[in-house]
Amino acid sequence: MKKVIAMIALLIIFAFLAGAIVEMRGEDGGFGNPVNTDMDEYFLGDSQPHNQVNNVVTAVLFDYRGLDTLGEATILFSAVSGVLTVLRKIKAPKEVEK
Amino acid sequence: MKWKMSVIVRTVSDVMVVPIIVFGIYLILHGHLTPGGGFQGGAVVASATALLIVSNGALKDYKGDFSTMESAGLTFFFLLAFLGIVMGFAMFYNSLAGTGGIFGGTVMSGINPGYINTGGTVPLMNIVVGMEVIAALSLILWMMAKNSGMMEVEK
Amino acid sequence: MNLFLILPFFVVMVLVAMGLYVALFKKNLIKIIMGITLMQNGANLFLVSLAYREGYVAPIWTSAPATDMVLPTPHALTLTSIVIGVATTALMLSFVIMLKRHYGTIDSNEVRRCRE
Repeated sequence: MKKVIAMIALLIIFAFLAGAIVEMRGEDGGFGNPVNTDMDEYFLGDSQPHNQVNNVVTAVLFDYRGLDTLGEATILFSAVSGVLTVLRKIKAPKEVEK
Repeated sequence: MKWKMSVIVRTVSDVMVVPIIVFGIYLILHGHLTPGGGFQGGAVVASATALLIVSNGALKDYKGDFSTMESAGLTFFFLLAFLGIVMGFAMFYNSLAGTGGIFGGTVMSGINPGYINTGGTVPLMNIVVGMEVIAALSLILWMMAKNSGMMEVEK
Repeated sequence: MNLFLILPFFVVMVLVAMGLYVALFKKNLIKIIMGITLMQNGANLFLVSLAYREGYVAPIWTSAPATDMVLPTPHALTLTSIVIGVATTALMLSFVIMLKRHYGTIDSNEVRRCRE
């Protein structure tokens, strides 16, 4: 019974995805023709005179959207802390008493 | 009990670790000029760690060094983020660009061949983020290889 | 209608649907993590294909062959997404190692029971 419900949910999500890609076809706003590009045009033009950086992706990553990268570095740090905590050496009670 | 690959694999991997690390450091240092940056170069350098673990089946206990390196990278990243506020601008403002100091050169507008001494705080952030990613991925690989019984730690 | 214009989104749909199927119906925890990783890759491919402009070059000015460039912001977000995906995958795999240590199995039905 659970499997049937899960299969129906999966088919509904699949139908939704198929309808979404049919909606996203076409010349304007489809693949290869994004419409709202004002922010990206500003980044492309502003990266060299303002930041003196040739690689626009790096300029976006470390200057314009630096807070995102700060959160990303924090996530990496906390994930490594979690791995170290989960995989720590668990001592048997006898070894603790020594 | 130590598991290791044949002597051919170990020798070739010991030789190939050097160009892999050099390529990763090149990607980190030229992050503001060519495709690459701290994250990608750090992943390349961490793949050298994976190669050493897979071929030799053992690695020395670098856990404390990696932890120190990761914490230092994140701390320097915070400090570089707050440098903009210290200099009187907003957070993450590129306050070193074009001032003439280290990484303070100016670029020609438009298509240019690329100069390494430009970018302000962006190359410095690439370096510290590269440090953090190298240490984090190497630490994850080291802990997983040790705890899944794949390698034994050399004392 | 040019079929090429929906091909990347079709690949995204296949990746996400396959990942969802694996995450819903498989019992092996390693396979569930594989399904989640498939969904992550679908999301990354979706972001990159949103950034594409036909005939434009990568947004890097160093020796660029042309001055018409694709959108840089989705590329930066994809970079963020990839690193977060690596971190979460490592955390999930270490949880699986811990479960294997405690229960002796990686079947999700067995893990659900109380430990004797």
